[in-house]
Amino acid sequence: MTSQLFFQYLFAGITYGSIYAIVAIGFNIIYNTTGIINFAQGEFVMLGGMIAISLHAMLPLPLAIGLAVIITMVIGALIEIIFIRWLQNPSVLRMIIITIGLSILIREAALHLWGEGVRSLPYFNGNEISTIRILDTNISPQVLWVIAVCAIIVALLSLFFRFTSLGQEMRACAANRLAATLCGISTKNMVTFSFMLSAGIGALAGCVVSPITYTQYDGGTPLAIKGFTVAVLGGLGNSMAAVMAGLLLGIIESFSVSVVPLAFQDAISIALLLTILFVRPHGLFGSKEAAGLKEF
Amino acid sequence: MKARGYLPILMLALVLAGVEQLTSWTSTVYFLTQMTMTTYYALLVIGLCLVMGYAGQISLGHAGFFAIGGYTSAVLTTFDLTPLLARGNGAVSLLSAAGLLVSRDNLYGETLLSVNPWLACVTAIILTIVIAFFIGIPVLKLKGHYLAMATLGFGIIIYRVALATEIFGEADGISDVPGFPLLPGVIVSGDFSNRVQNYYIACVLLLIGFALLQNLIDSRVGRALRAIHGSEEAANAMGVDTARYKLYTFVLSAVYAAIAGIFLTHYNGGIGPSEAGIMKSVRYVAIVAIGGMANLWGALVMAGLLNFLSLRGMFGSYDDAVFGVILIVIMLFAPQGLLRLQLWHLFKKSPRDS
Repeated sequence: MTSQLFFQYLFAGITYGSIYAIVAIGFNIIYNTTGIINFAQGEFVMLGGMIAISLHAMLPLPLAIGLAVIITMVIGALIEIIFIRWLQNPSVLRMIIITIGLSILIREAALHLWGEGVRSLPYFNGNEISTIRILDTNISPQVLWVIAVCAIIVALLSLFFRFTSLGQEMRACAANRLAATLCGISTKNMVTFSFMLSAGIGALAGCVVSPITYTQYDGGTPLAIKGFTVAVLGGLGNSMAAVMAGLLLGIIESFSVSVVPLAFQDAISIALLLTILFVRPHGLFGSKEAAGLKEF
Repeated sequence: MKARGYLPILMLALVLAGVEQLTSWTSTVYFLTQMTMTTYYALLVIGLCLVMGYAGQISLGHAGFFAIGGYTSAVLTTFDLTPLLARGNGAVSLLSAAGLLVSRDNLYGETLLSVNPWLACVTAIILTIVIAFFIGIPVLKLKGHYLAMATLGFGIIIYRVALATEIFGEADGISDVPGFPLLPGVIVSGDFSNRVQNYYIACVLLLIGFALLQNLIDSRVGRALRAIHGSEEAANAMGVDTARYKLYTFVLSAVYAAIAGIFLTHYNGGIGPSEAGIMKSVRYVAIVAIGGMANLWGALVMAGLLNFLSLRGMFGSYDDAVFGVILIVIMLFAPQGLLRLQLWHLFKKSPRDS
């Protein structure tokens, strides 16, 4: 493998890996506050891209993306308020089935709204063929956009959780729900916020990646599975580890193309997921003791 | 099971026969094609009901087992072995000498030599047992989200393999699968002349499968499974070998799915990758959920109703959406299933368990 090809694969891996990481962080935010896995997480990414594409027909690009993120956040909040907020102590099985049902509904709604066609946002800078030379390889400027936006999301999120009062309240709710309630934090509102937040970052990721990967109504499920793989790989609930795991999975996937046929690319990440689940269900970076206290 | 327990199954047999009579009186025999398919899907659903409702383990990969059964049988009965036999392949010669190969003419008048459907069927079931066993051992150690994702992942791998492998026909699937002669004169195939006969074959298979499961649930195993569903730790503490029971029920339900796959493939004369898709697995889970999880009768009735409506195209392009809505509505408002809604008590005052 030439060094040029190597870096080409590496950048492709990092691009996809950052998206996986964002989806995984979305999983983690909701998991931390509610203890449930939102199987509709991938659909937020798809929705963000789709709404931005529709809005871009009449608005300039930055405005369309901003509005798409806000709309998706509202959808996320509505989903939580309508379907989840009023349930009392739902069992894990029940929540799994409800969120799977939601993902089907969102997907079918997208199918009827936007059709089966593949759509995409325009490139933020230049077009399909404009490239930048880095490390002896030609990469699209959009790749830098994806990596930069994902890095900014991660940085802002960690600042948000550390320093803002809302972020601290959400962390309190994640650490101990009962104690948080006793301190006067409305845990129900925190859950709604967590849905909004993960819908928002999912939608933003969906917008920046749309020019490269295109957006289609059924693009959410594969992303959700890969995001979940990454979340488990890093240890469920640990967002910083999810970034590492996301990049790892992205790079493994992009290099695997040189070994196995493209059709089996999805199978690789799933095989990795199964292996991790069987061998280290607490994740590569998680601690076994902490995992023992959680309910899987 | 007490002899009394067989009475409802006898009633079911009468109803199924009555339906056939009804279609012949009203000259709507064409309904029987979808009903036969529905019956095979129902066989899969009651198997899944055992795993989900009684053992309490979610499986989002049952379409995978259906596909393993169907594809294995389809490949074995359509793959032409003539060139291998001519080259003197040892295994093929042995099969030929044992009389396990059958020759037939395909659509283009060429003579094909392929494996006897019975041998193909047995091979498919054994393969399913082996795969379910080796998947089940690690997967069933997981719980909740992890179990759901692991079984979903298994289903996707099967789908991907079917979609990307040449021998499985890639996106086209396998067609021209021959009929499956069960007995002389009794053949599982989609010929119009065999329609009534095939409906009864499917019904008999379903009744046998149902009676077996009913028996299992009323036995020591069934009680152990319900203990596992209630609390795995408690069941373990009471000396129930939870891991073994979970694995055995998982394998058994995989076999039900595979048998449904084998028969439906021979009946339809083909199988495509969509049978292995995620939406199929989700649909089966939805049917078990709406039937009330630990309720074989509920699962059976709902499988019959919903699959039939879906196969008749009643839901149009909203087919998947209908099942999504069903999942959400049932889980939000009636997690005990439609047949166990609290309204039920208004009509019936008898004390019911759970």
